[in-house]
Amino acid sequence: MATLEIRDLHVSVADGSDGTKEILRGVDLTVQAGETHALMGPNGSGKSTLAYAVAGHPKYEVTAGTVTLDGEDVLGMSVDERARAGLFLAMQYPVEVPGVSVSNFLRSAVTAVRGEAPKLREFSKEMKKAMDDLSIDPAFAQRSLNEGFSGGEKKRHEILQLEMLKPKIAVLDETDSGLDVDALKVVSEGVNRFSSGAGTGVLLITHYTRILRYVKPDFVHVFSGGRVVAEGGPELADELENEGYEKYAKAGAAL
Amino acid sequence: MGLDTRPLSTLHDKASYEVADFDVPTGREEEWRFTPLRRLRGLHNGTAEAHGKVVLEAEAPPEVTVETVGRDDARLGKAYVPADRVSAQAWASFTHATVVTVPKEAVASAPTVLRLRGEDDSSAAYGHTTVILEPFAEATVVLAHRGSATYADNVEFVVGDGARLSVISLQDWADGSVHVSHQHARLGRDARFVSHNVSLGGDLVRISPSVGYDAPGGDAELYGVYFADGGQHLEHRLLVDHTVPNCRSRVDYRGALQDEDAHAVWIGDVIIRAEAEGTDTYELNRNLVLTDGTRVDSVPNLEILTGEVAGAGHASASGRLDDEHLFYLQARGITFDEARRMVVRGFLGQLIERIEVAEVREKVREAIEAELDRGAAR
Repeated sequence: MATLEIRDLHVSVADGSDGTKEILRGVDLTVQAGETHALMGPNGSGKSTLAYAVAGHPKYEVTAGTVTLDGEDVLGMSVDERARAGLFLAMQYPVEVPGVSVSNFLRSAVTAVRGEAPKLREFSKEMKKAMDDLSIDPAFAQRSLNEGFSGGEKKRHEILQLEMLKPKIAVLDETDSGLDVDALKVVSEGVNRFSSGAGTGVLLITHYTRILRYVKPDFVHVFSGGRVVAEGGPELADELENEGYEKYAKAGAAL
Repeated sequence: MGLDTRPLSTLHDKASYEVADFDVPTGREEEWRFTPLRRLRGLHNGTAEAHGKVVLEAEAPPEVTVETVGRDDARLGKAYVPADRVSAQAWASFTHATVVTVPKEAVASAPTVLRLRGEDDSSAAYGHTTVILEPFAEATVVLAHRGSATYADNVEFVVGDGARLSVISLQDWADGSVHVSHQHARLGRDARFVSHNVSLGGDLVRISPSVGYDAPGGDAELYGVYFADGGQHLEHRLLVDHTVPNCRSRVDYRGALQDEDAHAVWIGDVIIRAEAEGTDTYELNRNLVLTDGTRVDSVPNLEILTGEVAGAGHASASGRLDDEHLFYLQARGITFDEARRMVVRGFLGQLIERIEVAEVREKVREAIEAELDRGAAR
């Protein structure tokens, strides 16, 4: 059973002058295989920082705390080692990489994560099926990664990577933002296909409750001021839908 | 042309077959200020002795003739007049020239390959090549430079009305080599010219590709890929001179640099003269800096002397590998070294994949991989 365990995580970023600014102030969170967690919070609460810090983005400095995956120290791993260990981050703003085709990229990533190159024929079949499931035009396979893709196309490709790389734990950073209803449904179906697989956990970071109509969380965490300020079941999402984050914004500030 | 319609740039004012018409460069001149003159081995000041040898081996399909001719051949020097001292020196000093002819309406069934092998870089060699495509002819010509040489040459491309010429010039010299070359294309009505310069090897390589238009409808695409290692000076100086209406030009040069004192220079001059209405042009240079200690000089210069253009633009960007690119690829399990390779391959690959000759394309890809191996092994 895969378990991602985040304990008392403190993370700082450079503040643009000479100092640093603490964004995460003691995050505790555990995601186990078979569970879907929604992490919700207002803008600027540090949700994306948590996602990037777990993935190992060099901009974020961990000053205290631990992150482990099945007991292994994630913070001691390089970015690529984390991915190979079974962590996946679906990015809010996937970058465009000119000249690197989607198929070449996917094949390199699949080879790295699985530890051996898939047979070309099988890989092509697998990619075609996964693209089909997400209603992605097969012509995209030959296009440069994310280059000229619409916001919705980029998000579909993030989920395409998720489904092909089959990580243990997936962190989805605002994958729902900027999607129209049709795209939201397609992307949600992809997430559900992934989470119904054996031994996989999902941490869904979102600002809105809209995606939770399609992806049902087992646990909801409210994030404010750089830490988790409230936890509960799906009913907590309904409360946020009706009442907003106001109450929790104050709780975060008071900490 | 009135005085007020002359371009401000005086870089390309001078043209002469006489060496003496050009002062010996001191390094302060605009056209020489980026070039380390000491490393030119006297090509620029008349002190180079001409005992070097660059041997030609030609391979051509039956539709194409390749001749070795003497200095007095009437076809030489018709399209291009030397524009700087080294070019004039090459014109004054070559002993024999190569003329490639593709007759009217002939379509070459295979690429014409001119393999130029330097045998000795301790003394200078001079060359001249003229490629003539008669009206409506179509051909691909590969100039493959290898071996050791101190070599100055001029290459003329005469592309007749409605003709199409694709040229790939590969500078794959051994380490100590010096190569200074002018490549001038002169385009007839509706002529199409595509050029690829690939500069990889040599101590100092300075290539000056230029394009002139004789009649409307000409279309020139100039691409370049270079990879500068420690100590290498790779310089490309482009000039597209739009003198007639309704012609098109595209310039896209991209390079990567690694290690101490790798130096790349790109000069992109495009002039749209007052009479060149309806011109459509865009020029671009990008450099990817892979390590500390390298230097890039990139100078785009677009002069527009008419208000009636179809399109005109230029861009230049030089920078390090993008951390966000590397992070994205690494976040999918790809190692740092492989991610770096993928980004560089992608960046240069967009131009390499345009090279029409599969064999050359593969050779260039292999050479880029070897450069990347060298970078990874450090």
